[in-house]
Amino acid sequence: MTNHWIDIKNSDCILIMGSNAAENHPISFKWVIEARKSGATLISVDPRFTRTSSKADFYTALRSGTDIAFLGGMINYILSHNKYFQEYVARYTNACFIVGKKYGFHDGLFAGFDPKTRKYDKSYWAYELDANGVPKKDYTLKHPRSVFQLLKKHYSRYTLDKVSAVTGTPKEDLLKVYELYSATGKPDKAGTIMYAMGWTQHTVGVQNIRAMAIIQLLLGNMGVAGGGVNALRGESNVQGSTDHCLLFHIWPGYLPTPRASAATLADYNKKYTPVSHDPLSANWWQNKPKYVVSFLKAMFGDAAHAGNDFGYGWMPKLDDGKTYSWLDLFDAMYRGEFSGFFAWGQNPACSGANADKNREALARLDWMVNVNLFDNETASFWKGPGMDPRKVKTEVFFLPCAAFMEKEGSITNSGRWAQWRYKAQEPPGEAKPDGDIMVELFNEIRSLYAKEGGVFPDPILNLKWDYTTQGKYDAHKVARTINGEFTRDVTLKGKTYRKGQLVPSFAFLQADGSTTSGNWLYCQSYNESGNNMARRDNRDTSGIGLYSNWSWCWPVNRRILYNRASVDLMGRPWNPKKPVIAFAGEVQDGKYVTKKWVGDVPDGGWYPMMNPDGTPRSDTKYPFIMKPHGFGAVFGPGRGDGPFPEHYEPIECPVEKNLFSSQFTNPVAAVYRTQKDVYKTCNPRYPFVCTTYRVTEHWQTGVLTRWQPWLLEAEPQLFVEMSEELARLRGIQNGEKVIVESPRGKVEAVAMVTKRFRPFMVQGQEIHQVGLPWHYGWVWPPDGGDSANLLTPSAGDPNTRIPETKAFMVNVRKKGV
Amino acid sequence: MKLTRRDFLKISSAATAGLALGGCTTMGFNMQPVQEQAWRLRTQDAKETPTICCYCAVGCGILCHTDKRTGKVIYTEGDADHPINRGALCAKGAATYQVAQNDKRMTKVLYRAPYSTQWEEKSWDWALRQIAKRVKDSRDKSFTRKNAKGQVVNRCDGIASVGSAALDNEECWIYQAMLRAMGLVYIEHQARI
Repeated sequence: MTNHWIDIKNSDCILIMGSNAAENHPISFKWVIEARKSGATLISVDPRFTRTSSKADFYTALRSGTDIAFLGGMINYILSHNKYFQEYVARYTNACFIVGKKYGFHDGLFAGFDPKTRKYDKSYWAYELDANGVPKKDYTLKHPRSVFQLLKKHYSRYTLDKVSAVTGTPKEDLLKVYELYSATGKPDKAGTIMYAMGWTQHTVGVQNIRAMAIIQLLLGNMGVAGGGVNALRGESNVQGSTDHCLLFHIWPGYLPTPRASAATLADYNKKYTPVSHDPLSANWWQNKPKYVVSFLKAMFGDAAHAGNDFGYGWMPKLDDGKTYSWLDLFDAMYRGEFSGFFAWGQNPACSGANADKNREALARLDWMVNVNLFDNETASFWKGPGMDPRKVKTEVFFLPCAAFMEKEGSITNSGRWAQWRYKAQEPPGEAKPDGDIMVELFNEIRSLYAKEGGVFPDPILNLKWDYTTQGKYDAHKVARTINGEFTRDVTLKGKTYRKGQLVPSFAFLQADGSTTSGNWLYCQSYNESGNNMARRDNRDTSGIGLYSNWSWCWPVNRRILYNRASVDLMGRPWNPKKPVIAFAGEVQDGKYVTKKWVGDVPDGGWYPMMNPDGTPRSDTKYPFIMKPHGFGAVFGPGRGDGPFPEHYEPIECPVEKNLFSSQFTNPVAAVYRTQKDVYKTCNPRYPFVCTTYRVTEHWQTGVLTRWQPWLLEAEPQLFVEMSEELARLRGIQNGEKVIVESPRGKVEAVAMVTKRFRPFMVQGQEIHQVGLPWHYGWVWPPDGGDSANLLTPSAGDPNTRIPETKAFMVNVRKKGV
Repeated sequence: MKLTRRDFLKISSAATAGLALGGCTTMGFNMQPVQEQAWRLRTQDAKETPTICCYCAVGCGILCHTDKRTGKVIYTEGDADHPINRGALCAKGAATYQVAQNDKRMTKVLYRAPYSTQWEEKSWDWALRQIAKRVKDSRDKSFTRKNAKGQVVNRCDGIASVGSAALDNEECWIYQAMLRAMGLVYIEHQARI
């Protein structure tokens, strides 16, 4: 989230699309209700009428997988009805940039596409630069190759007729949503989006969110109270685990994992540190070399020094151009590439798309370690459906771990608040906190290498691993390492810091080895003023619910990101009633002479762009400090599938053509080619669109919640929800057992016939959609049903490789027919 | 008397419980004082520990009440002082007592040998030593010093890891540290799916 949960109350219009906050993030809805009490409008757009929809001022449905068409129509509406926030768009977004002459878009393909490699050459989308290497701009937005004019041209194709024919949403409903939401384009109005996996789990997932980001920029909703682009993240610490990068492509703090072509630290810094030639661009990532060296120092301690490139050579490198994501991982496992596997606090036999492929892949390992609280379908896969244990070679180690109230440490919520939690009881039996298991396991591994030697033992022997107190894992020691400390006495900004002292914040980190920081974004979380994540002062002094002294949030306790876009060029809030920050420096002769911001921690404390007399300042920076050029990205030339979102059909869909172009599906989508990767489009055997979702009483694969009698009683088994029309068509009664099957697998489920799904009219044809939750598995409860992911396809977004589990094709039939 | 928000909620919920029971009064008994007393007895000696819910990423505050004699969590409730949830919880958050006290929790290290049809109970020492041996063996056999192009990559291609968004931040950090020191590149978790 660029904003945070409580901030939702500041919104004038809340669009909930691609999520179902009332059921899946129930307490977030407290703040939606607060906003409505103050007059906000709530819009719910979902293929199914949910409990979120039941509280909405306006609800409409769309067919799964057509969000870009829906949002593209909104962009067209905003531009053609002059609903955008002119000054914000011209001065804070890259709408004013001039794009180079090589850019083009024709019949669904952007310029630079290579049909052989199925990849784009992104240099075709580069900006036109001036003599200093700075993008050329036209603040009037009239240049024919300005981003603004290209945007207009691109989305002029998204007419109401066409959008309605693709999405199945009636035209009058589209217009109503567009009108309501674009009313937030006024300076003192804010609109927000609450989305979740309904937008990410598509082969166009990133572009779904890009489309909304464009809308938020056009309406001036970024950086303001009640605005932002807000992902409702689904796991208690999925924000933290992402920040600390348990992901193939990034190191802690979103530093790119090095590719083989970056042989040395100097190569790495050159390859991954963005350069801006514009003196007014903060280009914050220019500090990357400081963060990388501080990270390597946190990893290897004193063993990392300038003489050995700070241990850079010890870190593994990825092959250039190759991806190692979840789908790739299970594909490689299925092809027998791994001998060993850790499934630590996760149940991939149920949680991954195309679950049957993943389950078979587990049988091709030599050994596997599963750490969990309860038995689950991954630990026990060898005795699952279709498995003969006597033929499964995989050795399995199951390690029982502590629950969240049985250990101490921090977790980070969706609003980036890192909150400390405490231990309330001992784990049961021989179960141990994960931290202890890690410490003890790595000690064993390290002592083997110390004793016996082995291949390239250096990183293992040199890893800093001093995280225990009296033999037990100590979260405080790790928290200190994540924050970072000075490795020698240093004088910075006129103040001396002693060796061993904790670094105050990331502005103090250095590239010369004088500082450590396990994750620069968390530098300030645990410093000389204490464990800031444990703060419990619940008074709000901001007036807009920032609660800045409750816990701590990254970066540097800034509660609303890009908040310098919430003020005009002179530093005055666009909405004086709900200011996030405001400039309060003294004025002499029409010029600011002292520097002072009030409110939230400003996104960089520079002077405003202009003096009160309208003269520009040279000691200022553009507000979007994480972008190399300092502007919000309406045009996104870094994405793998194009600088503007474009509608493509899902890999499996019910229509024979894409009405927007002859490019049927995303030309660069990730697809796989084992015999288990089967995709069927417009196949009469699989006539219905399907999506997966969740219920309030269960969580993810149900690995925790299926074992709790209170919750299981409320939602005891797998169901498939369908419309009354579809039930009639198939002769299915509510409550009957039915079979749901896709080209990849089938599950037995109870039919739930409701008015919440309705057939869609798509391209003149009636299309049915069904949905089922993915919380179940064969281990427990008996007859509870198996994972809905047995049905879902292993196809993914080209940027993130998140699988397309929200739009695929199935059949539904009565059991025994 | 100065009441905190939490005290107020405690009192009002106790009163509500009493009223509900009061409605069921039979044979002229008034259950209310008994009920209030029972409520006080239940948590009066318990230690309150604040924590954060383990499910979605809203980050609601939960208070665990631990019996001082047994050391067991006997009750969990929404943290009324928490600015996001202000004492409220969803169905899952409200049920976290059943995470703390659940006879289906796994309490032993288990091992399943190749081609075996059953689990065997093992000690931690045995299991961690065996896993360490497997890791070393797999790593040493699959370690790639240079890739097909001859570039130095120093990575372990034969082991993969998934997990976990259910770990604390500090655990995530040391987990990535040990995996990367071992040379793993196939490191993924819930955020990707």
